[in-house]
Amino acid sequence: MMILKMKKEDLPAFLESAKQWGELWGPTTKEEQTAYSKVDGLSQMDLKATRTMIPPKKFLYPPRFTMFDFDEEGFVERTGDVPKRILFGLHPCDIHGILIMDKLFLETYKDPYYAERREKTLLLGHSCIPDDKCMCFATNTDFVAEGFDLFFTDLKMFYLVWVGSSRGHDLVRMRADLFSRNLDKNDILNYTEYRKWKTAQFKAKIDLTGMPDIFELGYNSPVWDELAEKCLSCGQCSMVCPTCNCYNVVDEVELGTVEGTRDRFWDSCMFREYSVVAGGHNFRDKRADRLRLWYTHKLQAFIGEFGKPACVGCGRCVSTCPVDINVATVSKALKEQEVGK
Amino acid sequence: MKKLCVVLDEREVQDNPFQPDMWRIVRRYPLTSDVNFYQARPVDVDEALKMNYLPGQFIMLSIPGEGEAPFCISSTPSRPGLLEFCIRKMGTLTSSLFDLKENQTVGIRGPYGNSFPIDKMEGKDIMIVAGGMGVAPLRSLLLYILDNRDRFGKVTYLHGAKNPGEMLFREEFFQLKERDDLNCLLTVDKDDTGKWTERTGLITTLFKELGPIDSKNTYAAVCGPPIMYKFVMENLVKLGIPKHQILMTLERRMKCGVGKCGHCAIEYLYTCIDGPVFTYWDVLHMKELIGRGVSDKVIA
Ligand SMILES: Cc1cc2nc3c(=O)[nH]c(=O)nc-3n(C[C@H](O)[C@H](O)[C@H](O)COP(=O)(O)OP(=O)(O)OC[C@H]3O[C@@H](n4cnc5c(N)ncnc54)[C@H](O)[C@@H]3O)c2cc1C
Ligand code: SF4
Ligand code: SF4
Repeated sequence: MMILKMKKEDLPAFLESAKQWGELWGPTTKEEQTAYSKVDGLSQMDLKATRTMIPPKKFLYPPRFTMFDFDEEGFVERTGDVPKRILFGLHPCDIHGILIMDKLFLETYKDPYYAERREKTLLLGHSCIPDDKCMCFATNTDFVAEGFDLFFTDLKMFYLVWVGSSRGHDLVRMRADLFSRNLDKNDILNYTEYRKWKTAQFKAKIDLTGMPDIFELGYNSPVWDELAEKCLSCGQCSMVCPTCNCYNVVDEVELGTVEGTRDRFWDSCMFREYSVVAGGHNFRDKRADRLRLWYTHKLQAFIGEFGKPACVGCGRCVSTCPVDINVATVSKALKEQEVGK
Repeated sequence: MKKLCVVLDEREVQDNPFQPDMWRIVRRYPLTSDVNFYQARPVDVDEALKMNYLPGQFIMLSIPGEGEAPFCISSTPSRPGLLEFCIRKMGTLTSSLFDLKENQTVGIRGPYGNSFPIDKMEGKDIMIVAGGMGVAPLRSLLLYILDNRDRFGKVTYLHGAKNPGEMLFREEFFQLKERDDLNCLLTVDKDDTGKWTERTGLITTLFKELGPIDSKNTYAAVCGPPIMYKFVMENLVKLGIPKHQILMTLERRMKCGVGKCGHCAIEYLYTCIDGPVFTYWDVLHMKELIGRGVSDKVIA
């Protein structure tokens, strides 16, 4: 892959020129909450924040949107009203999360709504500062080699810039004067140093080796019931997890007409109604069954299918769940057969 | 393992798999007190022959404003140009379907799902065991086999219903009894009419009449209410039919039919794209189906 070098002070000028492609969005922090917002430039962004509350999946797959307008005659697809966006400041785990979403939404039956937004969004990654909730070291997602258009690694004075796509390369060419191909010995040393530094930052206690077997063995473990006693079925974990893709569909009819919209919105397998079928039968009536489905999907089933977990270690479940149920506590509880306090 | 990667520039937005096409209901009549039969043709006649499907597949059917739900196709692709369904009144959408009149339109997209493994079943003896609404997908299979009769070995059709009034496609199956290339056995749990000429008793009693079976050379396809499975599976295994040659269909909540919405997941499988037809051997591995408290509800 092409790796270029850019002086740090040139970033604002680069972003300014990139804005010709589309709206610029980046992480901003207000009252200690970080979220992606539309920005004018670098000065409004908070590149030190470890994670946004909602992952960038919301740009590719909005919490609620209209799929079709309908009347008696039939259904008319609603696409085309998506703005072109540049997302700046995505962390490696965010990009790994999007790669998993790509797998789900773009392979076998491509989802045109996701595809359109993916097509109209440029992903510009940025290196991150891990905190004590980050677990990407355990899911092998602490660095990223694909999925982005550009990736900026902050080496104090310089950025090393990975060029991941032809479109990323086009952005570079708009300000070719800001980039250099001349990497020297010091750049390699600085980069090695950076990787060492990053790896030393991880404080979370989590080890996911052997998880598929442990899930298999622990299928009937009382640990699931103990966790279920705490869980509120609030579904927050699904909203914040970058790899949760489930959704529901509803027809909204305009009062007094036969016209309306078919809308799609985020759902969670933690909700009681998730597996209810006609006649009221619920395949997962018990909270323990729903909790087990969520974690089995992330840490066992997906590994069986794709050779890697459907968890990218972003730590959002850690910072979000009100009762401390998350990838770290669940995997630990299953291994030690005891729910920690 | 497949690579988790997309090449952005090669990607383009294709057909929308969620787009329902409009079909016209051309026939509609009751099969039982709460099950209706529907026959549909595409509004756009050019589409009529484009619906390529196989027995065991399903479609997503919509009424604008009332929602969308999965239904098995009960017709056979060997008689193209139309689709047939049998639909039980259960809730919002199905009730609206019952209010629908002939010549009105519905949205249909599909076909979806894996279908019965027709190529593997060709040349083999076939045993079909249908109970209650399980007839919906199995009628498609049976008609397909009869239309391609010389490509299959011995064919046995076992059908059970609660009582004569509840038997779906009663007249059609009585006619099939006249054929000499098919062993068609019908039973009702209880005859409340006094006029029933066929067997009475649970569907499992029909097994006693089967005579010798070339079990290793047989594919069985089973569909019915949950309790039926338990006993039928036992009987089929006793007959010596290999578990991977016993086929069944599973029913789960579905919102998309194309492996995106997540609702029909069973462990790492999606009922909509990996199923709805599974072998008994697959199902034996689904811990969730045999697991604690989770009942084994298969298509009813
Ligand atoms: C593969 C497959 C094949 C099916 N084939 C047939 C058939 O041939 N004939 C037939 O009568 N029924 C069939 N069903 C069941 C049928 O889909 C439900 O009866 C139908 O969804 C009920 O919708 P409703 O709006 O009337 O009920 P409500 O209870 O009002 O349903 C509300 C919502 O729940 C969902 N839902 C409820 N029950 C089911 C269910 N069993 N499966 C999936 N989603 C559900 C639907 O999306 C629906 O929008 C099949 C289901 C599956 C999965
Ligand atoms: S695990 Fe936590 S966040 Fe998820 S539903 Fe339960 S209480 Fe809510
Ligand atoms: S399971 Fe938790 S840590 Fe893993 S990706 Fe989801 S929110 Fe992040």
